Amino acid sequence: MSLLSVHDLELGFETPAGHVSAVNGISYTVEPGEIVAIVGESGSGKTVAAQAVLGLIPQPPGEITGGRVEFDGEDLLGFSEQQMRTIRGRRISMVFQEPMTSLNPVLSIGRQMTEAMRLHLGLTREAAEQRAVELLGLVGIADPGRRLRQYPHHLSGGMRQRVMIAIAIACEPVLIIADEPTTALDVTIQAQILALMQDLTRRLGVALVIITHNLGVVARYADRVNVMYAGRIVEQGRADSVYRRPGHPYTIGLLNSVPRLDRPRDVPIEPIPGSPPDPARLPPGCAFAPRCLHAVERCRSEVPPSISFEGGHTARCWQTAVTRPETAP
Amino acid sequence: MTARLPGNSEFLVELRDLRVHFPIRKGLVFERTIAIVKAVDGVSLSVRRGKTMGLVGESGCGKTTIGRAILQLQPLTAGEIRFDGADVAQLDPPGLKQFRRRVQAVFQDPFSSLNPRMTVGQIIAEPLVVHDVLPLAGERRRRVRQLLALCGLPGGFADRYPHEMSGGQRQRVGIARALALNPDFIVCDEAVSALDVSIQAQIIRLLEDLRDELNLTYLFIGHDLSVVRHLCDDVAVMYLGRIVEVAPSDELFSNPGHPYTRALLEAVPTPDPDLEKGREHEVLAGEVPSPINPPDGCVFHPRCPIAVPACRSRVPDLLPFGTDHEIACPETGAGGLSPSSPSLQQGV
Repeated sequence: MSLLSVHDLELGFETPAGHVSAVNGISYTVEPGEIVAIVGESGSGKTVAAQAVLGLIPQPPGEITGGRVEFDGEDLLGFSEQQMRTIRGRRISMVFQEPMTSLNPVLSIGRQMTEAMRLHLGLTREAAEQRAVELLGLVGIADPGRRLRQYPHHLSGGMRQRVMIAIAIACEPVLIIADEPTTALDVTIQAQILALMQDLTRRLGVALVIITHNLGVVARYADRVNVMYAGRIVEQGRADSVYRRPGHPYTIGLLNSVPRLDRPRDVPIEPIPGSPPDPARLPPGCAFAPRCLHAVERCRSEVPPSISFEGGHTARCWQTAVTRPETAP
Repeated sequence: MTARLPGNSEFLVELRDLRVHFPIRKGLVFERTIAIVKAVDGVSLSVRRGKTMGLVGESGCGKTTIGRAILQLQPLTAGEIRFDGADVAQLDPPGLKQFRRRVQAVFQDPFSSLNPRMTVGQIIAEPLVVHDVLPLAGERRRRVRQLLALCGLPGGFADRYPHEMSGGQRQRVGIARALALNPDFIVCDEAVSALDVSIQAQIIRLLEDLRDELNLTYLFIGHDLSVVRHLCDDVAVMYLGRIVEVAPSDELFSNPGHPYTRALLEAVPTPDPDLEKGREHEVLAGEVPSPINPPDGCVFHPRCPIAVPACRSRVPDLLPFGTDHEIACPETGAGGLSPSSPSLQQGV
């Protein structure tokens, strides 16, 4: 049984302009101890798809209109807020993009770290503080005793993200959801934080869902990848399989859009023409069809089914027989 | 040495020992300077005519300050900026006005760099009005349509407002505005950093096409090494206010000399799982020190894998490291790392 399995999740938002569907029936699984990436551009629905797992979608204006989120055999969508609190921060924790806005600026680091441990693990203040010191050491923060008494503004961006990770692992979760955890950080700090997260998940056996737009990050860290476009997962599979022979023209387009250090400098990049659709006015059929060079009439009228390739690799594309390359793009 | 005539030099923009220091003051009545941040501390750089110079480094390294100094948005503490052979500080008012026409900028955030109350047509025509280039409204309208077309936008966009457009379209408007006065030189400060992958590729292509078509020279300031390598002919790597390495792009990326450049390259993940999972990643420890209180000697020594005791006191100069290639590290090749040290080679 999978640790987390999302089935046909659908969710939307009521806006002054009418109902906007943000996620249109996505399904994915996370196995224990595995690193799964959800990759997509802004507005693809990757963040709300993860927030829904933790019951973090404000309803209203948000509304989950269908699907199931099974965590360890239980449907989280049926949970009350009270029940969610026993899961959130305890068995599933989250790391956000902006460590400055997700840490409370008026509470000390120590207070923020020990709060969840006292609540969820029932530790005394002394025991929680001792554990906080250990955790800060674990995430590579020097002089942890002093850091506990400091406030978020005393710390650099990289350090704050380390604190967020320490908080995330504090209650020994089995799943961490990290939403663009390094996007706001410098290149060398990004490498430090990602290496730390990878090391911790491997060592502690925690599963990690990493939401990102960076194809390089996915390639370096993820075991499996889900590519999202306009609220749907258009391709999923093992990372090596998806990068070696992508089945969806959007994935191929993304891979051809980025200049790469491992290729000669004069290899031209090939941008995807046009821009993503307005989620309030999704085209019928495949949402990528207006930008797809291989689209045929059927693509514009019928939503493509999931086509299976070898090793559990799938893509939603009518034209995949024509477009899927024999080798990596 | 003979005086160089304007327009004859191989270099369009030359920076000579540029310094920009910011005093940190304290006290309301008896204000006093308690520290100095050396945002740019002795940078010399020559940008070849018709080529693109990349300036890379992490936040706080001074790359944006250099761009602002060239744009005359930031007074210099010391040093000289030469544009087309002339010292910009010595220009008379007409000369300076001419300079402002020939040097333009494209900024990172297309959301905040366009006035939300102006139509796209007004935004693009504004430089034409300010510089009194096309006095007739009809001529300006034609020019705006021409510029929109050049940047891949339909002419009808002239009547729209920035909020009606996507990020990529707004960046195209920013580029059209920068091109309005037929500049020679454009400072692109993180011009594609805020854009989504598929849109970023479109804007990179547009910048490349415009450069070739209009014979533009760019200073491309960025932090994404893959993009910088792709777009730039020459690249300078900055760390804490100084250039630590400069070379033609191909040379710099195939034969990085400075340990910081190597660490930056090592940190960039390549979109290839087979390659990534098949190699060891050496992660650079520590963080960029505070520019208020930088380390003595080589500013990189506290994080440097090949530092020797002398690095704590000796400030390294940029010295030749092969053809057209300079690094500020006497230890590279001198027993520390050889230029072809396998552990830090890019790719396989």
